[in-house]
Amino acid sequence: MKEKLKIYLDLFWTFLKIGLFTFGGGYVMLGIIEKEVTEKRQWITKDDMLNLLAIAESTPGPFAINAATFIGYKRAKTFGSFLATLGAVLPSFIIIVLISLFLNQFESNKYIQGFLRGIQAGVGVLIFKAAYRLSKPIEKNYFNIAIFFIALIVAFLTNFSLIYLMLILMAFGIALYYLGKAVDL
Amino acid sequence: MTTLLGLLKLFWTFFKISLFTFGGGYSMIPLINQEMIANGYLTEQQVFQFIGIAESTPGPFAVNIATFAGFENYGFLGALFSTAGVVMPSFLIILFIAAISDKFIKHPIVQKVLDVLKPAIIGFILAAALNVSIKSIIGDLQNFSFSWQALVIFFSISILSYIFKEKFSPIILILTSGVMGLILYLL
Repeated sequence: MKEKLKIYLDLFWTFLKIGLFTFGGGYVMLGIIEKEVTEKRQWITKDDMLNLLAIAESTPGPFAINAATFIGYKRAKTFGSFLATLGAVLPSFIIIVLISLFLNQFESNKYIQGFLRGIQAGVGVLIFKAAYRLSKPIEKNYFNIAIFFIALIVAFLTNFSLIYLMLILMAFGIALYYLGKAVDL
Repeated sequence: MTTLLGLLKLFWTFFKISLFTFGGGYSMIPLINQEMIANGYLTEQQVFQFIGIAESTPGPFAVNIATFAGFENYGFLGALFSTAGVVMPSFLIILFIAAISDKFIKHPIVQKVLDVLKPAIIGFILAAALNVSIKSIIGDLQNFSFSWQALVIFFSISILSYIFKEKFSPIILILTSGVMGLILYLL
């Protein structure tokens, strides 16, 4: 009983820390989670970590949440999942609530306005960089480039729902799979 | 009663967004933007400003903006509902996958669908980058207003991150652009 409690607390605390110290997005988190969970604590193997990555890539939701749920389950089943996920979300929840309070109060402050407008101008650069980094592992063939441009044009120039676009692409992928199988026969 | 309905709608909106957040982070900005404006939760201006705030605070972007939008519209309860909504889909799906089998991912159909989605995600991210940058430098099509300050900041940050590569963390770059904005816009 006492041992179980220790496992639960340890899970919660580890993911609370991970949640607190990962700024920005998904891939920054990856390095930290990997070190903490496979090297320091050896909760899961490197191989499991690779599986987790592949699953996180292909399932919805932010990477941090996926990782917390997955590792929590491997370590202590459903309740472990719940505690790890709660731990990962709690720091950003508290901080954003505080910031929202603060923002309301100072929205008209000209210094904060200047600061935020500056941030808005700089953040575009970071997103360009993310697009570039993430495009690296993708093969540059005609098919992929065509899909890339369709997505870019729809997202940038039209108001067409991106959820529908993704559903269409998924259906397309499934159709391609069966087409490929038919050709092989 | 109306509040309860509003809270449930908020939960549902973020549940939906999260369901379509593959990989995560920036690729979903156009989608989040669409949903926020369509539901009147946030303005486009608020979404773009919030990207900067989310960059300089911990936690996944989708979770951050859910908490923010919820709080802006329905206070603390709203933040709870929207955050629960954004976390729920991935929690349930991963729980299911971890419990049932991890062979799911290796299935050829799943692989094929992923192959088709990946380049599209890059297109979404680039659209977000273009949107944010163009808006901050020349404003809307309807509301044209050139800002040399934004242009200067954009190029300074580009050059800084090109020269120093990954040595500068996103947090430092964000803080630098904020301080530059503080100085340039108040000159």
